[in-house]
Amino acid sequence: MEFSVNHPFLYWIAGLVVVFVIAQSAFFLYKAIRQAKKLNIDAGVIRKTVFSSALFSIAPAVSILVGVITLSKFLGLPLPWLRLSVLGAVTYELPAATMAASTMNATVNETIISAQTFSVIVWVMTVGILSGLLLVLFGLKKIQGGMSSLTGKDKRWGQILSDSLFLGMISAFVGLLFANVRSGLPGFVPIVVALVSALLMAICGILIKKLKWTWLEQYAMPICMLGAMALSIPITGLMQ
Amino acid sequence: MMKQQETVKNLSAYERSVHLHGRVWGAMALTLMLMVPIAVCVYFDAWPPLTAVFKALLGVAPLYWTVGIIEVFTFVPMLGTGGSYLGFVTGNLTNLKVPAALNAMQAAKVRAGTEEGDVISTIAIASSSIITTLIIALGVFLLGSIQPLLESPALKPAFDNILPAMFGALGVVFISKNPKIAVAPLLFMVVLFLAVPSLSSSVSVLVPVGALIAIGVARILYKKGMLNGKEGA
Repeated sequence: MEFSVNHPFLYWIAGLVVVFVIAQSAFFLYKAIRQAKKLNIDAGVIRKTVFSSALFSIAPAVSILVGVITLSKFLGLPLPWLRLSVLGAVTYELPAATMAASTMNATVNETIISAQTFSVIVWVMTVGILSGLLLVLFGLKKIQGGMSSLTGKDKRWGQILSDSLFLGMISAFVGLLFANVRSGLPGFVPIVVALVSALLMAICGILIKKLKWTWLEQYAMPICMLGAMALSIPITGLMQ
Repeated sequence: MMKQQETVKNLSAYERSVHLHGRVWGAMALTLMLMVPIAVCVYFDAWPPLTAVFKALLGVAPLYWTVGIIEVFTFVPMLGTGGSYLGFVTGNLTNLKVPAALNAMQAAKVRAGTEEGDVISTIAIASSSIITTLIIALGVFLLGSIQPLLESPALKPAFDNILPAMFGALGVVFISKNPKIAVAPLLFMVVLFLAVPSLSSSVSVLVPVGALIAIGVARILYKKGMLNGKEGA
């Protein structure tokens, strides 16, 4: 069979995987909503969680699509589409594909024309990221059991522990904002954008508390994120 | 009302069922993912040289398998049972699914580690996965008409600044709730990135480092009775 990185067969495979991901997500969504109702979680909260999470995901999803386009220049469209719809991220897929291509003396500057090189790349991209899924699949119960024993019966310490995990993640990403400040004024753009986003969130907080705009609680995060992204355009223009 | 998760033996009927379904769907996902390279090899009759695959995996797997394992231990307590089974199949955890789950739990006023937190996190991750997958699929089919827009220089700053826009708003919420715990990991990370900017490509590995610092500081403050405010409340 004559090979092409955009062969219809590859689109069919990618489509199959994408349908699977949507089916699994829909199954878990249905199951969680049913349980939420059993737990007497307000239907409005459930509905707002769905819409807010969907709204929150639009900008990152478009950014992932940009990643698909970037990778498509040498891998074609179906493989990046498939890979970025399942476990992984562009920060992994690009180095994995580059490494695999280099072992076959190919480069990422031109479209892959050899089926064998392509198959090496597919294997490496697939197998190189499986540890998380395997560990969750075979060890999630035990891991959660071990983590429960860390907090024991001290409920308050358990709450502080989970907040500390959130802060660990947030602090790493806040630190990341400072990575390019040595490059001069443009290096401060991410910090200013984050501050603008934080300021928008503070304004939302005031609107929620003072004006009782409770509907805003669920949508504050996506609004602040999209607002800060939009404002990053003039901010970048001013600081470069 | 909130049920703190107990030991494995005391799982609720819902949690037991999520574990069962999570494993079944996870096993199917794993099989499907592995079938992709097999299908490519069979259809195009192009089996790869094993040495090339192993050589490339040697350059990739040690780092990314380690990152994957670290991510499980860091994110599972945040995502809960259903969210973990789903998130570790659908991917894009640090840049999308975990922030989406944190945001949803915060807005719904439920805590991670409770059954309420678990279901809200699962709803958030499932909704996020569906919309993300649909947008990417739609984008792939409409690529001809939207590619110039997506790659336009005018929009580039917006896409370059997704993470600052996300973590600015998320950060102010969580840091203002827990300022005493937040100071040490924040200072550590800021100084670290100022000193070694090249670490920006390894931010996933630094998440558990930040978490360990925050947990250490929180434990000390908790033992000294200095977390009696709204921290952890």
